[in-house]
Amino acid sequence: MNARRAGRAVARIATAAVLAVMLLAGARASAFAGFNGSRILATGGASQIEGAAGGGIVPWAVIAGYGSNSEWGVTGFYTHVSVDDYDLDAAGIAAGYSNRIELSYARQQFDLGTLGDALGVDKKFRQDIFGAKVRLWGDLIYGRGPQVSAGVQYKRHLDFALPRAIGARRNDDTDFYITATKLFLAGLFDRNVFANATLRLSRANQIGILGFGGDKDDSRDVLFEGSAGIFITRHIAAGFEYRQQPDNLSFATQDDWFDAFVAVFPNKHVAIVAAYADLGSVATLDKQSGWYLSLEVSF
Amino acid sequence: MLIRILVCIVALGMSGCAQHPSSVKYGDDDLYRALGGETGITAIVDQFLWNLADDERINAHFVDTNLQRFRTKLIEQFCELSGGPCTYTGDTMKLSHAGMGIDHAGFNALVEALIEAMEAHNVATGPQNRLLALLAPMHADIIEKG
Repeated sequence: MNARRAGRAVARIATAAVLAVMLLAGARASAFAGFNGSRILATGGASQIEGAAGGGIVPWAVIAGYGSNSEWGVTGFYTHVSVDDYDLDAAGIAAGYSNRIELSYARQQFDLGTLGDALGVDKKFRQDIFGAKVRLWGDLIYGRGPQVSAGVQYKRHLDFALPRAIGARRNDDTDFYITATKLFLAGLFDRNVFANATLRLSRANQIGILGFGGDKDDSRDVLFEGSAGIFITRHIAAGFEYRQQPDNLSFATQDDWFDAFVAVFPNKHVAIVAAYADLGSVATLDKQSGWYLSLEVSF
Repeated sequence: MLIRILVCIVALGMSGCAQHPSSVKYGDDDLYRALGGETGITAIVDQFLWNLADDERINAHFVDTNLQRFRTKLIEQFCELSGGPCTYTGDTMKLSHAGMGIDHAGFNALVEALIEAMEAHNVATGPQNRLLALLAPMHADIIEKG
């Protein structure tokens, strides 16, 4: 137990160190040709919980980083979510090229907390998520239509014993999604506003933390996810998100997710997102709400 | 125009006139005033030009540009767009940017240079967004390659 705790502390310190190095590197990144992201501040969004460029829980059509024509953008993030009975840590990296394609990797670690104690099982679930996203057409800001992108997220559960025991059918699976995002300049009260809609094909239980598919339903469902927000200044945005969830397990019902967020973009190298999240019922424990905090570095 | 406004006031009452598009458009120079009028717009354009000159992503595109003319026409254009008492006498956006080879990265550099110029002259967020919203539709005519 102590060894595991120590291991976790080391992992956290290592993550912090990596982020600190990236932050310093980001400050010098303009010195490297090809890493001069030209896109306008905040147009890379933040890193959503599965590692794609987006909001907090929803992927957006934007490509990670600030790369425009023939430019690269690279981001790294660390997110902590703490609700009544659970904690979720996520960390990952993403690369975007030419405002066209994005590749991402994220590791999630879910802490079962009190439920783990009650069940007398290993308290932690880990999941890897490999993502790819392509901008199909349109531009976030310019032109009439929205920016539209399509993406996949391959997810692999690393501690599948308990999800299997509660009825999950698969330890790995792929989500497919299509997403449209638009920013409206001076759209409301002379402020820039944005809206996003995402359709996802998925059978992930609690985004995969409880495995994929289940005894009740093992087929993929079409799920809706949406975000909307307003830039109070060009550095600060506030908004809401919604994410529909499937209901595959007879062991526990699953509620849709909501959050209300504030995002701060001090410059093109840092994005900080703080949110209040309501995840509803998670693995039989109802009314799971709490806070979400995310740091992204970008260069 | 004065007669139309008077008729409007009589016929519809004050609130009706406020919602009438033609009477809103006429004399709606609050963006022009928020940008600081002629003095403010001139200062913003000058700062914008300095920012462009300093920006290696974009300055090479302007080596063949007649900067004096560019400055004058840009001031005219911002003045007219923001509701000021000017008429833009320059070429269309397509013609004036023909052959410059401005791509998305270059266009973003132009937008950033303008935002930084407005920031430098303490233009508030609302008027900044409104000017950008008026300029954004020109995107398609200015960019020449994907």
